[in-house]
Amino acid sequence: MAEDHTHDHPHDHSQFQPDLEDKPLTHYQAMTEAVGELLIEKGVISGDELRAMLELIDAKSPAAGAKMVARAWVDSAFKARMMDDVLAAAEELGIDAGGIPILAVENTPEVHNVIVCTLCSCYPRQLIGLPPDWYKARSYRSRTVCEPRKVLAEFGTVIPDDVEVRVHDSTADLRYMVIPQRPAGSEGLDEAALADLVTRDCMIGVTLAKAVG
Amino acid sequence: MLRRHHDMGGLEAGPVDPFGPGAEHDYAPWEKKVDAILRLVSDKKRQIMTVDELRRGIEELGPGVYDELSYYERWIASVTNNLIEKGVIDIDELGRRMTAITEAWPAGGVTEAEPKVVPETDGQGA
Amino acid sequence: MSARFDIGARVSVRASFPPGHVRTPFFIRGKTGVVTEILGPYRNPEELAYGRSGEPAMPLYRVSFHTADLWQDYDGGTKDSTVVDVYENWLDEAAGEARGETS
Repeated sequence: MAEDHTHDHPHDHSQFQPDLEDKPLTHYQAMTEAVGELLIEKGVISGDELRAMLELIDAKSPAAGAKMVARAWVDSAFKARMMDDVLAAAEELGIDAGGIPILAVENTPEVHNVIVCTLCSCYPRQLIGLPPDWYKARSYRSRTVCEPRKVLAEFGTVIPDDVEVRVHDSTADLRYMVIPQRPAGSEGLDEAALADLVTRDCMIGVTLAKAVG
Repeated sequence: MLRRHHDMGGLEAGPVDPFGPGAEHDYAPWEKKVDAILRLVSDKKRQIMTVDELRRGIEELGPGVYDELSYYERWIASVTNNLIEKGVIDIDELGRRMTAITEAWPAGGVTEAEPKVVPETDGQGA
Repeated sequence: MSARFDIGARVSVRASFPPGHVRTPFFIRGKTGVVTEILGPYRNPEELAYGRSGEPAMPLYRVSFHTADLWQDYDGGTKDSTVVDVYENWLDEAAGEARGETS
């Protein structure tokens, strides 16, 4: 299928790295390969569509979300549009944020936001890539709603008592991302340098944006 | 039980260890393929299944399997069950194809009973 | 779609425990909060999950709870809040919660 397919065994295993082929195939890996092949043979999906989707997934990273946050920090009108409609604001920057609505919530001196999904692991993949394992783990999903400050402390994030911790349980049709506070001392930085301060974790709300310097 | 097993907000659990060995991994190609398959069969063009059907299928794996399987193992289990239910793929062809793929795999298949049952203590320790 | 609740309305989440696929987390059932946003019409996930249309779409609300109302002995302070997206079929007017009542 793949133009650059150089394997000579009968199935399309071009997505596997050589070192994975040294390990026995698990039941669910075999299921994945089989389902993918059958869907292609039946014409439900095409090899090209599958390959394009894999490339799209690989292309998603926290960089897109960081770019938006940096723009929001320097352009309050953009921030207002982003708070109103993240997908449309993303498009302004040439970012395809997909079709699932995303809501941005803004940290302020009074409020610190943090995102969790207690029912599954909903996550704004289209803007910040695939989730880290801890986000999907039982400890994070269970405890973030009932003891958020302790969970944040496990990330090294201590929120002062007089700041409201606002937990968003992402349970339904929307996904959430946090606009962190712009760090002190970042006044002279350009947008690209500002974006470097915006990590995946601060857009989930478990940390603050990186300090300057 | 009033509470379903996947609905875990507020349950006791161990600490989050964001810097520990289980905190992050680079997704393997087969995991991304699971994600890609789901996105394609649920896209606007195909609409074969919804994310709600994916979620239901994951929940219906039940508390034992849910906790044993990794994230994308749950996903492909649910996607596959949905595709079988909808008549997109039949069990016979799926079983044969899985066997063929495993036999052609250079290192063969995992031979012990699958999935491996790991004593479940939340994986968090005390 | 006309939304049954306005922004600012006090609502309680039904204390209902059906089997099957629902998107209302256990920890807010029976709890009272305030509508902070109306997210618009969404198809019913309890129907979509079983291959049905999920129509008619219904309003989805953001409901804000005082975190201290959700957990006994919550030690994070009284300002902390928890916001959950809840479909309209899970919400009732919180009539008995009017201000001035002793609790």
